[in-house]
Amino acid sequence: MEKKPTALLVLDIVSLILLAASTYFALVFAPTEAVMGAVQRVFYFHVATAWVGMLGFIAAGVSGIVYLRTQNTKWDIIEFAAVEISLVFFFIAILLGSIWARPIWNTWWTWDPRLTTAAVTELIYIAYFMLRQGLEDPDRRARFGAVYTLVGAVSVPITFMAIRLFRTIHPVVIGNGDPNASGGFSMSGDMKVAFFFALFAFTVIFIDLFWNRIRLGRLQEKVEQLKLNISQ
Amino acid sequence: MFFLQDPPPDTSGYMIAGYIIAFFVMGIYVASLIIRWRNLNQDQQLLEELETERHKK
Repeated sequence: MEKKPTALLVLDIVSLILLAASTYFALVFAPTEAVMGAVQRVFYFHVATAWVGMLGFIAAGVSGIVYLRTQNTKWDIIEFAAVEISLVFFFIAILLGSIWARPIWNTWWTWDPRLTTAAVTELIYIAYFMLRQGLEDPDRRARFGAVYTLVGAVSVPITFMAIRLFRTIHPVVIGNGDPNASGGFSMSGDMKVAFFFALFAFTVIFIDLFWNRIRLGRLQEKVEQLKLNISQ
Repeated sequence: MFFLQDPPPDTSGYMIAGYIIAFFVMGIYVASLIIRWRNLNQDQQLLEELETERHKK
């Protein structure tokens, strides 16, 4: 059994501490927003998880490019790991957004440009798993997956820019948004601390999970190879 | 005029639900990673034993 590297073990512990600290900053340290009340605190994890989701989708696209250039399966494992983690975090971001929207917009969901592009992005990457499962040949699976993540990564800047380019009710907290947006607020100093800390904490958590997932992918590859050796 | 301002609405239920769901989904994912790791390790051990037996024969 392969031993876990000490650096990864330390990163696991640091990630847990950062998650706890980020929860403290979001739930206790940051002041309650005057108009929305406590539900605004969902914003800290909502943005942080969405950021991590987008980061992973971009990382998967980059890994796809490197795989296509090098044909090294290591990059296929990295790409798959990035998509899997990002899918989970992006899903959390969508759920948190929906929970925030219920008391603020009086609906769980609306087909606003940001919500629609986010849902499409999530569906694109769910389809990525279906595509991979449908292909038996590992080389073909890796090649198709790489091209798919490369094309899929286009949905990330579209989702990010949706609230800045289109008429939308989704608020833009940093920068100028649509005047029709509902639920916007300006961040106080303590809110900014909680917000940037959450971004930092989730970036570290992402790196930790990414490393763990890549190790899992390598082990999976090793087991597959052993199975092939025995069957021959 | 601060004292004339309405208090913020009580939306704490939504906040609690949001954080419970976020931690639940993250927990499920981490658990899935641990379970998959354990299963693959068991498979690896078993397959390595099979291979060494095959080489002995």
